[in-house]
Amino acid sequence: MAHITGGWNPLGEVFFRKLELYSMDRSWQELAKLEKFKVAAAPYGGPIALVRDESKMTHIPGSTRPTVYIYTSSGREISQFRWNSGKLLDMGWSSSEDLLCIQEDGTVLVYDIFSNFKRNFSLGQEARDTKVLECKIFQGYVGTGLAVLTGSYRFFVINNIEEGHSRKMVEVPDLDSPPSSWCIICRDRHTQILLAKEKRLFLVDYTDVHEQTLTTSSPVNAFIEMAVSFDNRLLALFGDTGLLWTGSSDLQKVYCEFDTKSQKRPKQLAWCGTGAVVGYWENLLLIIGPHKDWISFNMKSEAYLIPEADGLRIVDSATHELLQRVPVVVEEIFNVGSIAPGALLFEASKEFQKKSQKADDYIRMVMAKGDLPLAVDQCIEAAGCEYEPATQRILLKAASFGKCFLTNMSPEKFVNMCKMLRVINSVREYHVGMPLSYEELKRLTLPVLIDRLILRRQWCLAMHISRFLKLPEAEGESRILGHWACYKVLQKHIADETIAQDIKSKLDTAPGIAYSEIAKKASECGRTQLAVKLLEYEPRAAEQVPLLMTMRDQKVALTKAIESGDTDLVYLVLLQMQETMPMGDFLMSLRNQPMAQSLFMQFCREQKPTLLTDLYYQNDDFQEMANCQVADSFKITDFQQKTDKLNGAHDNYTKARNEFAAKATEEQNKLLGYQRRLEDQYKVAYIGKSLHDTMHELISKNMSKLAEQLRKEFKVPDKRFWWLKIDALANSGDWLELERFAKSKKSPIGYEPFVEVCMNHHNKYEANKYIGRVAAENKVKMYIKMGSLEEAADLAFQQRSEDDLNQVMRQCLGNRALTAKIQGMKAQMYSKK
Amino acid sequence: MAATSGSPKFPDFSVLKQLSKEHLVHLLESIPEKKDLVIDPDLMRPLDRIAGAQLLKRHGVDKIFKLESNKLEISGDSRMYLARPSVKNVKNIANQIKGDQENGRRKKYKILFVPRKLYFCEMLLEQEGVYGAVELEDFKLDLIALDRDILSLESPGFFRDYFVEGEHSLLHTIATSIVNLQSLFGTIPHVYGLGRCAKMVWDLVNTLKSLQGEPRAPIRNEIGHLFLIDREADLVTPLCTQTTYEGLLDETFNIRSGYCEFGPEVTGTDKSMRLLLNCEDQIFEDIRDRHISHVFAYLSAQAKMVQTGYQKGRELQNIGDVKSFVQTELKDLKQQYKSLTIHIGACERILNLKTKQINFEEQLQTEHSLLEGINLKECYTYIEEQIDRQVPPDKILRLLCLLSLTQNGLPTKDYQTLETHFLQSHGHKHLLTFSNLRKLGMYTEQPSVEVTKMTAADVRTKLTDKALMKKTAFRMLCKKLNLIPKSGEVNLRNPEDMSYVFSGAFTPLTCKLVEQVLAKGGWAGLDDVTKLLPVPTFAEHKAQSVKGRGSNGHHQVAPSEKVVLVYFLGGCTYAETAALRLLGKMKGYQFIFATTAITNGAALIGSINDGKK
Repeated sequence: MAHITGGWNPLGEVFFRKLELYSMDRSWQELAKLEKFKVAAAPYGGPIALVRDESKMTHIPGSTRPTVYIYTSSGREISQFRWNSGKLLDMGWSSSEDLLCIQEDGTVLVYDIFSNFKRNFSLGQEARDTKVLECKIFQGYVGTGLAVLTGSYRFFVINNIEEGHSRKMVEVPDLDSPPSSWCIICRDRHTQILLAKEKRLFLVDYTDVHEQTLTTSSPVNAFIEMAVSFDNRLLALFGDTGLLWTGSSDLQKVYCEFDTKSQKRPKQLAWCGTGAVVGYWENLLLIIGPHKDWISFNMKSEAYLIPEADGLRIVDSATHELLQRVPVVVEEIFNVGSIAPGALLFEASKEFQKKSQKADDYIRMVMAKGDLPLAVDQCIEAAGCEYEPATQRILLKAASFGKCFLTNMSPEKFVNMCKMLRVINSVREYHVGMPLSYEELKRLTLPVLIDRLILRRQWCLAMHISRFLKLPEAEGESRILGHWACYKVLQKHIADETIAQDIKSKLDTAPGIAYSEIAKKASECGRTQLAVKLLEYEPRAAEQVPLLMTMRDQKVALTKAIESGDTDLVYLVLLQMQETMPMGDFLMSLRNQPMAQSLFMQFCREQKPTLLTDLYYQNDDFQEMANCQVADSFKITDFQQKTDKLNGAHDNYTKARNEFAAKATEEQNKLLGYQRRLEDQYKVAYIGKSLHDTMHELISKNMSKLAEQLRKEFKVPDKRFWWLKIDALANSGDWLELERFAKSKKSPIGYEPFVEVCMNHHNKYEANKYIGRVAAENKVKMYIKMGSLEEAADLAFQQRSEDDLNQVMRQCLGNRALTAKIQGMKAQMYSKK
Repeated sequence: MAATSGSPKFPDFSVLKQLSKEHLVHLLESIPEKKDLVIDPDLMRPLDRIAGAQLLKRHGVDKIFKLESNKLEISGDSRMYLARPSVKNVKNIANQIKGDQENGRRKKYKILFVPRKLYFCEMLLEQEGVYGAVELEDFKLDLIALDRDILSLESPGFFRDYFVEGEHSLLHTIATSIVNLQSLFGTIPHVYGLGRCAKMVWDLVNTLKSLQGEPRAPIRNEIGHLFLIDREADLVTPLCTQTTYEGLLDETFNIRSGYCEFGPEVTGTDKSMRLLLNCEDQIFEDIRDRHISHVFAYLSAQAKMVQTGYQKGRELQNIGDVKSFVQTELKDLKQQYKSLTIHIGACERILNLKTKQINFEEQLQTEHSLLEGINLKECYTYIEEQIDRQVPPDKILRLLCLLSLTQNGLPTKDYQTLETHFLQSHGHKHLLTFSNLRKLGMYTEQPSVEVTKMTAADVRTKLTDKALMKKTAFRMLCKKLNLIPKSGEVNLRNPEDMSYVFSGAFTPLTCKLVEQVLAKGGWAGLDDVTKLLPVPTFAEHKAQSVKGRGSNGHHQVAPSEKVVLVYFLGGCTYAETAALRLLGKMKGYQFIFATTAITNGAALIGSINDGKK
């Protein structure tokens, strides 16, 4: 192996190296004469889009439409499509790897990497009217942003293309021609545009415009190119005199001013990580360090630069290379003559492989200083920085060798690095073509990596990785399978049955699969049958039912909702069905669903009582219909309607073979008739009262005759009538009539009620009239009620009833004389026994 | 509360309150500015048990209103509603919002539906044209801990909704509440169900759990047994007049969400007073389950003790002693004094009602005769007389139902006569009430009379029909389960039999079944009983994975085995809680009660009485 430092180029005190990532696929090599194309490449080793640049074409065949090609970083074609829309101004990639195609009229068309059109959005009326001159895509703090310069020399910015609208930036005064250059700077959750109007610099945002003062060592007429570093902290400006200014992006610090001796505008100006600025002219690549050091490379063919967080990728028609600063650890280990702990350990390991005793010397050197843990760490870290698996391997070997001499070193770092390298190497693989660095993977995170593999339909690799790393199923396997299934349902040439089975068999064991999502996808592309089949597998009714509803499969939806036992879902289906179906059909479909029916009835009871009757009618439930009519008859005030309802109820009760209730409604109707007549005659409200209350009222009002009439008409039993009359008479204070009534014939309920009713009105005088006729066994009780305790005691004594005596005694608390008397009586009774 | 080895530990239900409280605070804070709160009257008291006015104020609630059909004239810029998802509530809310809009007031509205919004709420809001103006959220409040051992959904409407109207909405809430309990206190290994509703709830619990997936970390179960009991399975018990102190308090003063409102006749002042009744009131805790005849004696003894306590204070000479007396004992004494005053007042009131109205004794006597199946003629006459005398309908209905239930239906003639009587007394609107009662099987007609009209084939089917066999089912149940002790046998002062809750006349069927099932480890061996029940039964046992992980090797019964949760679907009475507490004390079980609501005969009958609307 050639020594690793062979490709290192010193730039001041540090080194830069150019690594070949891929030799491009033949299909790329045949097509990609980059000078003829517009190129857009996504960072983090993303895809590359190409389209023929019409402005660079010598002749424009007006009829033909250009083709957009999408390639992997390794030059494998992913897809291509014919551009059918308006004039394509520029292309770029979003952070979710969607291809954004910006038209001259400000419309942005979004495609996925397989050239499927996803959506479009517009940058607003002004852009449409005045045309877009230039546009730049940037990574803002919330997502991918887009900035355009319109024909009216105004800037419009969208901070996140997934949502939100374009906003106008403050106008720059006197900007009456395109700025000589501009760029976007995102700092502190704030998007600004830096633009150069000749040599004047302006910083613009939504609310303000500030002119910036920048003094350069040599005069400049205009800044004609700018570049912001990946992290938005550094800025490079290129002046028309060939001056390259580098400094902080807030223009407060100057790092270096360098004379490139070229007054020609570079084709591309870009940062390589944060360590150097790279300018690209025809045939020449110039790397300029912060201390005016420089390296130059000759370029064989037209190339394109893609800045990354930790380097710069250079792609041309034949190769794909990475330019980066040699990482510090790598430098420390491999630099000639380095005595860093890592370097010594690496040497030791190498000697050990050769079975040389020098290994021991080196190891001792490291251990003597107590630097061995550091040395191991360095080797591990350096392995992560290397692209060549062989190099990774020898570094890891060295680390593992060093670890043997340490007792308490946690293996975690080492194991993790091994795992990560396996993952990285597998995605760098030519077929996948994602040249990620370890640093980038850390930034991107594993779930996003899985996302990107899913996006590339690398199902198998994604599954292997998530299994290998033991990712939780929800973010690993289940998610991948879910996406796979969504993709699967799009394959229209395969039969529904087969797809459903394939999906089921693959997904059966994975937990937490949202079958409803897959079904939704199937439904969206018109495969309703497949969607229904897939929904069968969905265990969560809450997910199942709404989709079934949108697919107009309401019967199934209803059954599922009922099965789930979740009434809310049943409501959802019922109420939607009710809206969309003819009422008759709707009621019909409830017929065999008692649970849904009851639910709907409960809803109707409060919301639409008329519907309720319809439902009962349909079910031939005459009993309930009659009940409704009875309830109505009490609610309505109109007399005629009241009787009509009752008549209806009567008929329905008869149909329900409930003769008893039928007869009761008849009686109620009859009663109503009487009550109406009474109301008409005496202007007193009777309607709504019960028979008992009506009669009571009549007697109280001295209309016993009418009460008598009702009594006969309704065959009121004697007992009730007596109770009722006694109470009514007492209530109206008609003691005379009460007495007359008592004497009219023998009371069927005894005379106790007479006494009681009098006492309830505190009329002892009247009560006395009846006490004589009270049955003997109740007399004592009645005396007590009257408060005639003396008599009560005498009577009880007479009747020889100890219980009664006790009862009397309990009432005469405080009456000592009587108590004594009763005690005397009791004693007498005992003695007689 | 130290858990000794003898008495199993109560699961700590205060966590339920804590969780609900946090959830509520989170919802309140979702409108950060000051807001008015409009509360569904049904939720007022339950809410009191979770969050006091102080807490609401602390989280930005300005004024509090009751949700009614009126328009609201409030100036605040945002308003929050807290309501059950009912058509009536949604309409009232919509009307209030529309009222604001008509007056050109623009406010921020948020409706919190308890325990969750239902689809029709959104639909109605949309129909009323206010959907765009409101934000909806769920306040997932299910079981509220009314006491250390009583959890309630506070949904008294459920009995009617489910058993009369067949409406299943609350089943989901009940099932969720069980799932939630299990996620807090562990999977309950033994489940016994009684009734169709119980079965549906349990199936739903299993569905919900299967969707939820396995719990992240299995929790040690604190509850060993779960009973799910349909109220329908035993309607006799709630209809009987309770004779424990707490039961009578409920029947007389209506305990709602644990609060009891005492009028001036009890407090002895001119003000009414609201008292929270739970185990923290030591005096109440001592008397709640006592038979009413032994409450007063206890209270007066306590009163004497308080008096001596005060006396002691008065006799103190040393300033230091007085100081420590005032600091410690006096506070307790005052607390006890306050509590005693109320309870003595309440007890007096109950006893007064009992003695003053001869009715009460007669009613009890009638109930007991009905339960025992003796003196039926007198009972019938008594009831008839009560109807003729216009005794309030709910009271009569209670007796009518008891009459019918204990005899498994009445002969047609009696059935019709009594109903006619009733209709004459209280109006024909009660045709609807009787229709409800029939649906519930609470007031029914014995089918045998129809025989003459039926064909031979009909007779044969009817004869094998369960309905006919049920004729004597209640009597047989009483005999088989020994529900009715011999009169005078039960010690009411120091009860040893659960029937003391009804003065020794009847053991609540539900409680007896719980006792039997626990003793036999399931329904097996109770076949002759279950076939007499009006509803089906089921049981499910989970194999227990972790056996006593303790250090001592020998097998021992897990403490949770002794903790039993009894979930009443359709309401539970204080008589039942008292009876089971007694059973627990005797057999070393710790019973916990969950219910859709606390109920009693009056509440039960009241909910299906359609005559008053």
